[in-house]
Amino acid sequence: MATKAESRLTTLRAVSYALVITWLIIAAFPFLWTVWGSFKVQGDFFSKADWTNAIYGILTTRETGGAFTLKGYYGAWIQEEFWRNVFNTMVIVFFTVCISLTFGTLGGYALARSGFRYAFWVLMAALAFRAMPHITLVSGYMLPFFEWNIWGLKATTVIVLVAINQPFTLWMLHSFFLNIPKDMDESAMVDGCTRFQAFWNVIVPVMWPGVITTGLFSFLLAYNDYAVTSMLLSKPNETMVPAVASFLGSVQVQGNIMFAVAAVVSATAPLFVLILFFQRQIVSGLTAGAVKG
Amino acid sequence: MKHRTFFWFILPTLSAMILFIALPIVSVFIQSLFVQHEQVLVVSESCGPFGCVEETQVDTEATAKLREEQPLGQFNGLATYFDRSHLASAEIAEVWHTSTGLSSFIDGIMDLKFYKALVFTLTYTFVVTPLVLIFGLAVAVGVNNLPKAFRGVAIFISLLPFLVATIVGSMILSWMVDGEGIIGATLQNIFNDPSLSIKASTPLMWIMLMVYGVWHTLPFAFITFYAGLQTVPQDTLEAARVDGANKWQTMISVVVPHLMPLVSFVTLMLLMDNFRVFEPLVSFQAEAHAQSLSTFIVSDLREAGNPLYASASATSMLTILGVVILLTPVLIRTWRDFNAKVH
Repeated sequence: MATKAESRLTTLRAVSYALVITWLIIAAFPFLWTVWGSFKVQGDFFSKADWTNAIYGILTTRETGGAFTLKGYYGAWIQEEFWRNVFNTMVIVFFTVCISLTFGTLGGYALARSGFRYAFWVLMAALAFRAMPHITLVSGYMLPFFEWNIWGLKATTVIVLVAINQPFTLWMLHSFFLNIPKDMDESAMVDGCTRFQAFWNVIVPVMWPGVITTGLFSFLLAYNDYAVTSMLLSKPNETMVPAVASFLGSVQVQGNIMFAVAAVVSATAPLFVLILFFQRQIVSGLTAGAVKG
Repeated sequence: MKHRTFFWFILPTLSAMILFIALPIVSVFIQSLFVQHEQVLVVSESCGPFGCVEETQVDTEATAKLREEQPLGQFNGLATYFDRSHLASAEIAEVWHTSTGLSSFIDGIMDLKFYKALVFTLTYTFVVTPLVLIFGLAVAVGVNNLPKAFRGVAIFISLLPFLVATIVGSMILSWMVDGEGIIGATLQNIFNDPSLSIKASTPLMWIMLMVYGVWHTLPFAFITFYAGLQTVPQDTLEAARVDGANKWQTMISVVVPHLMPLVSFVTLMLLMDNFRVFEPLVSFQAEAHAQSLSTFIVSDLREAGNPLYASASATSMLTILGVVILLTPVLIRTWRDFNAKVH
């Protein structure tokens, strides 16, 4: 029940509103600006003379006849063959997520159900592995991968991303399985199931909420990765993020920076949709490790 | 669960982690102890009409063969760790003897590549982490005060900077602060200085990278603290109010202590992630003004045609050492809390 004092607009409350609004503008503005600007020509997107040009598209109208243009997208997707990178991303992300979740559910389930001391140490080791900077791992891969001739392949990158993903996946799924009552699978085992049958028939049907949340984060890791993909993939196998980064160098020279802008927007758009649909799961996943301690 | 069953369940994930996380660290360590073969030189005597001249030539074939046979190179011990581009013990000693005061000593050290990268990485970590904690908490409290209907939207918008790929997010910002971008041009107008350019000045570039770091990681702190705020016990708040505490006092003595475990969790995560800062430096094309330990490793690995594995590996080992040192206090605290809870 709100008292009179609470509903009154106090100074403190006004300050906190102002703070939140400022933050939201800072958070959203760069994205809005870039999405809007990606449909303009370079002269408008980088309009030194008058920033309102970028909004109304004065130069865009002059150069192309309309206030919006798809030139940047055409240049990126068709001319620079960005669709290849999109395809590579889809393949790599799909396999990374599937394999990570398979390994992670098995391991996480075992860790949640084993009372032995070594389960604790596996979790601690995973935490230590989580802290390793990815780039130091990459410098360990390069030489052996070149020697074995598996550098640059999509499959190599998938396996590496799966491994890098495991510590996090394991922790999340471990804490998720702890919340599923032990009685469920144990009563199945009393009825004569083996451990794996109990897992398969009793646990798998109820684990999907946790798996989906964890899967979202595996997806984000694989989709957004730059350190691994930029060092371990050959040019034709490149995913979107390293491709965007290499656009930056090459197209700036040719004066086609709008290609990079269009590519950036194309790579970001799926994330918008993802957050829109899975916001609740993402928030619960981010806080799962923290709130439970 | 039986040992045997446990083993089969854990096998895939454990082997993935051992093969691709533990072994690479071992491989990095071994690589750091070796150095690439020097070129094989052949001394031949060519005798012409004016007498004989000794010529030293690079035997490319033999060099290539040697490098192929032993890709690791020759054993070098810990020498790479102490050479000019890493810990630079000899150079430091020299700077120590020649420098006239503290500032010239610092200047001398900042000329050394490794220390330059280390100083940036540490500055970045220890500026961004506290700022993110403070602002994250402030925004979390602010959003918690919003009417329920707006909270979802606020969280949606806040998630964007965190979930978009680092490289993409920093690229978007780097376009905006470009001399011709909206923020860059506006700043030039405000300060009435058309030559003002973030990309041309080292201090401005450092500030920009840290502003980016705060923008990118604030949502993580915010979301975690926001979730924590939902679990603050209502009766304690009520009791504080009855005792006459105002909002600010309640905040300091009830809410913040309740969030303390979350603060140490977020700090741990932030330290880990900020110490490996890498992508923003690529996007902002900052190599002239700022190098982090990670970009230092990459530039060794990217060395055209002839990657410097030994040098990259030595930096990697030093980075891992840095992570360990950085995380030890937090881990010791967690360990104590854990034991305190048990007993």
